[in-house]
Amino acid sequence: MSTDPIVNISTLNKWYGDFHVLRDINLEVGRGERIVICGPSGSGKSTLIRCINALEEFQEGEIVVDGIELGPNLRRVDEVRREVGMVFQSFNLFPHLTVLDNCTLAPIWVRNIPKKDAEATAMKFLERVKIPHQANKFPGQMSGGQQQRVAIARALTMNPKVMLFDEPTSALDPEMVKEVLDTMVDLAREGMTMLVVTHEMGFAREVANRVVFMDAGQIIESNTPQEFFANPQHARTKLFLSQILR
Amino acid sequence: MTDVTASSFVRQDLVPERPAPVKTTGFIGFVRTRLLNSPTNILLTIVALLLLWYTIIPALKFLLVDAVWSGKDRNACLAENTGHQVGACWPYIQAKLTQLIYGFYPEAERWRVNLTFILAVVLLAPLLIPRLPAKGLNASLFFFAFPVVAFFLLRGGGLTGFGVSWVASLSQLFGDSIVNAGQVLVNLSQNSAIGPVLWGIGKLIVLIGSAVGWLIFPLTWLRDQLQMSGQPLWYDFLLTAVIVSLILFFLGGGMRTGQRALLASLVTFAGIAVVIKLMGLDRGGLAVVDTRLWGGLLVTLVVSVTGIVTSMPIGIALALGRRSTIPLIRVFSIAFIEFWRGVPLITVLFFATYMLPLFLPGNFNVDGLVRALIGIALFAGAYQAEVVRGGLAAIPRGQGEAASALGLSWWKTTSLIVMPQALRHVIPGLVNSFIALFKDTSLVSIVALFDLLGSLHATFSDPTWSTPTTAFTGFAFAGMIYFVFCFGMSRYSLFVENRLNAHRRN
Amino acid sequence: MTTEPRKPPPQFIFRLKRALGGKSGWTGLAVQIVFAAVLAWVAYEIVANARANLETQRIASGFGFLKNTAGFDVSLNLVPYSGSDTYTRVFLVGLLNTLLVAVIGIIFATIIGFIIALCRLSPNWLLARIGEIYVELVRNLPLLFQLLFWYLAVLAALPGPRQSISLFNTAFLSNRGLVIPRPIGEAGLDPFLIAIAIGIVGALALRSYARRALFQRGQAIRIWPTVLGLLFGLPLATMLIFGLPLTFEMPQLKGFNFAGGARVIPELVALLVALSTYTAAFIAEIVRAGILSVHKGQMEAGSSLGLSRGATLRLIVVPQAMRVIVPPLTNQYLNLTKNSSLAVAIGYPDLVSVFAGTTLSQTGQAIEIIAITMGVYLLISLVTSAVMSVYGWRINRSLGAGA
Repeated sequence: MSTDPIVNISTLNKWYGDFHVLRDINLEVGRGERIVICGPSGSGKSTLIRCINALEEFQEGEIVVDGIELGPNLRRVDEVRREVGMVFQSFNLFPHLTVLDNCTLAPIWVRNIPKKDAEATAMKFLERVKIPHQANKFPGQMSGGQQQRVAIARALTMNPKVMLFDEPTSALDPEMVKEVLDTMVDLAREGMTMLVVTHEMGFAREVANRVVFMDAGQIIESNTPQEFFANPQHARTKLFLSQILR
Repeated sequence: MTDVTASSFVRQDLVPERPAPVKTTGFIGFVRTRLLNSPTNILLTIVALLLLWYTIIPALKFLLVDAVWSGKDRNACLAENTGHQVGACWPYIQAKLTQLIYGFYPEAERWRVNLTFILAVVLLAPLLIPRLPAKGLNASLFFFAFPVVAFFLLRGGGLTGFGVSWVASLSQLFGDSIVNAGQVLVNLSQNSAIGPVLWGIGKLIVLIGSAVGWLIFPLTWLRDQLQMSGQPLWYDFLLTAVIVSLILFFLGGGMRTGQRALLASLVTFAGIAVVIKLMGLDRGGLAVVDTRLWGGLLVTLVVSVTGIVTSMPIGIALALGRRSTIPLIRVFSIAFIEFWRGVPLITVLFFATYMLPLFLPGNFNVDGLVRALIGIALFAGAYQAEVVRGGLAAIPRGQGEAASALGLSWWKTTSLIVMPQALRHVIPGLVNSFIALFKDTSLVSIVALFDLLGSLHATFSDPTWSTPTTAFTGFAFAGMIYFVFCFGMSRYSLFVENRLNAHRRN
Repeated sequence: MTTEPRKPPPQFIFRLKRALGGKSGWTGLAVQIVFAAVLAWVAYEIVANARANLETQRIASGFGFLKNTAGFDVSLNLVPYSGSDTYTRVFLVGLLNTLLVAVIGIIFATIIGFIIALCRLSPNWLLARIGEIYVELVRNLPLLFQLLFWYLAVLAALPGPRQSISLFNTAFLSNRGLVIPRPIGEAGLDPFLIAIAIGIVGALALRSYARRALFQRGQAIRIWPTVLGLLFGLPLATMLIFGLPLTFEMPQLKGFNFAGGARVIPELVALLVALSTYTAAFIAEIVRAGILSVHKGQMEAGSSLGLSRGATLRLIVVPQAMRVIVPPLTNQYLNLTKNSSLAVAIGYPDLVSVFAGTTLSQTGQAIEIIAITMGVYLLISLVTSAVMSVYGWRINRSLGAGA
């Protein structure tokens, strides 16, 4: 882990109307670090990672992604988004495009990469998520787990420096969770910087450098997975863990 | 009472299948269950049969049995001459067929209309068959190249200039108009309380207008040079081709990725050159046929196809405008849509015929057909906008978010992700409004354009063919044409919808 | 350790940016300024050109012409009108004729539409097919085509008044139009109308009383005999006391035409037939879709609760279907009203025909007249859609509790 953080969030505050969703969030993510963010629903964890990608506006504070500063006016949105890949809970594949077109769209139209090169890159990533033979299918013809793996490949084709995962396995049938998690574990082994919102505590134990627990819009506890699970400090963390690990 | 819990049972032999006591399948079963299964239903069946007896039989009798099939004038279709009750008078249709299809389009030039029809079919048919490839090329040929070719084919006439001249003339007009507007404000400022402000704004506008004039000076100079040369069209064309291709090349990414754009542009211009050469547009083109001579099915198809092609972009732009967060754009779109949807098409056509010429500069003579087309395009555009908006609303927010997260700009997100899905969603609605538009074209006959219905109406006044059944025959014939087009469109939309749904299912 | 929630910062500049330029911020503002400039330029061009054109054509703009004498006759006027009246009066006559045709057309279209919808939903295969053919045939032919068909072909083919088609010897249909008995008010009319009004009010009051009794005390009151008595018995009673409310003047064939009775001009007949049969096809589809939209499970759920078939229909199916039906139905009513402007094609004196047609060609005041005409239709549409959005809002609110 290098010393300079790739994502640096300082005193981030966000309101929906008068509702204070994110309160004084400070978080540094080092290069190659893998952070799992967990917490009860409505705790603001999804909102937090959506802020990093500028899908949500925030009112106070600052986010710096790889030296690109993202203040409340979100002026450098496009630059940040090119460095950050995102995987959604509901996959959000483009249903009118084939899997391959889903993966080449952004490289062609955003990075102006010639179509042939973009397709070669896309195939490489589809192989990595183990669905190269389905490249010409439409998303609607695939299972949820396959769709989510395509979504990961699609995000990777932009060569992001950071990957954000917003509950990537929550919308999946139980038997498909593993294939997606395996893909994510592989990705982690290769040294990708990852911020993952998930309830999959097994994943957290296996790959995370750090587990961040959020509640009521704030970071309650942040620790290594071993410490976090073995020795939770805060009362709310204990309550949460007792509810989730039965 | 038997003791249920104590009894155990093992089946020794399987019960064989046997037919239902009352037959419910096959023709007999069908009649029994769907027509005669209760006293009320029997009564309804009798009523329905009577209804058919009194409508279908007379109609068939009129169209076929009692019909007169040949003759030279009305005498052939009079009961006292035929000796039996007279149905449809088909020789009348035969005599008027050319008028119903071409109107008064000169006989020697009708091959141009036929050629246009053939071109349309050749381009449209492969577009409608989903299995065939190259939809993009096909669509751009049909929606962009075909209308231009059809215009020069049907109306005739040639070109004296191309892109450079057009841009120069238009911007000159624009600049002059702005200077005039500024001057008006300056003049107003003399007797007004906020005089100095008006004066300032006026002067500023005059300045902008003059700046436009200066900026385009190279263009106007170039235009004048071109017009003085021996081949104004070809030189202008070459110059436009070079300029546009270069611009596209650099917009497309220059040396790295611009080659495709450059190639596409050059191919397009080569195509345009072929068309210009083939149709002799540089030598005055085909003889001009005034649109007042157009009529019949030709006008119906021209109006509806133009209406469909022009209303789509208007509708898409308005739908996006209505969803925009920019206040003025949104308010304008809403007002525009609600206005056109709130008034009947006839008043729109009256507006286009009587009011529009007053709004244009006096020396600007707009053809009657074009005026009606403008009215119809605006009217249909407003309806399309609401259909498209429905499709946009059906796209989940995640789609736009996913595209943004990949770094796509608003324009690219809209044109690559959101709009294609939205349009697919609303194909039935779009086709429905196409059908409505096709039917509505009949209204142009009220503002003195002779479409199919107008031409039909005009034939009724011909004394050579005035018989008691002439009107019925005419309506039967025109009705079949309208029905075939509208019914065909609606069936096609069902086919496409089913195909898309089938795709979604597996 | 926990951070307490606090109020968001005021962010004046941000809010200003939002208000001025939407989500696009300052870019949005710039776009708006350019857009406003373009609009202003277009408006300037329109005004300047219109002024210059009117000057060369020597037309004085303004609404002064409305006070001038019209000098032409109108074949149907619901308010007294003669050629010496002003154009304002012409406008009023035309507007009333439009409304007349719209109201009667809506009533007929609704009746026919519901009948066709029931045919299409009928378990009888033959009847369902007939309904389908009707809908397909009528929807796929232009309305103007149908209007001209009825007017130029069917009505023109009818016999002259002497050979009129008689409907039960009270109404006579000929190529001169429809002659129907003319109602004449008698002494008993006022009490009769009052009795009907009392009957309706009383029946409604009784219904809400019975509802309250059922909901609050669990007491089911049988009200229909009383309601029948109120609605029919009371008017009958007044008829017995005060005499007949109406007598009808029967049309009689005298010479070549009818004397007495009320004559409905053929244009109105053709327009009504065309508008109501055309709109009925669309209404039938709407009603059918509305009824089919109620899930079959709703009917099953109703019967499983022990409600009778009638009660299930009345309390469960119809209210849900109405939610789906009413908005597009209103839209069809609006369409019918707007389509009534096709009257100009056959010379029925509606607003467009007498005002935007005859008056426009006599005075040449195109801008004013077309603006007024469009304004009238626009007003009708906007008022209707305002009412509908209130209705939609109420429906959404009542459904929103679950969603």
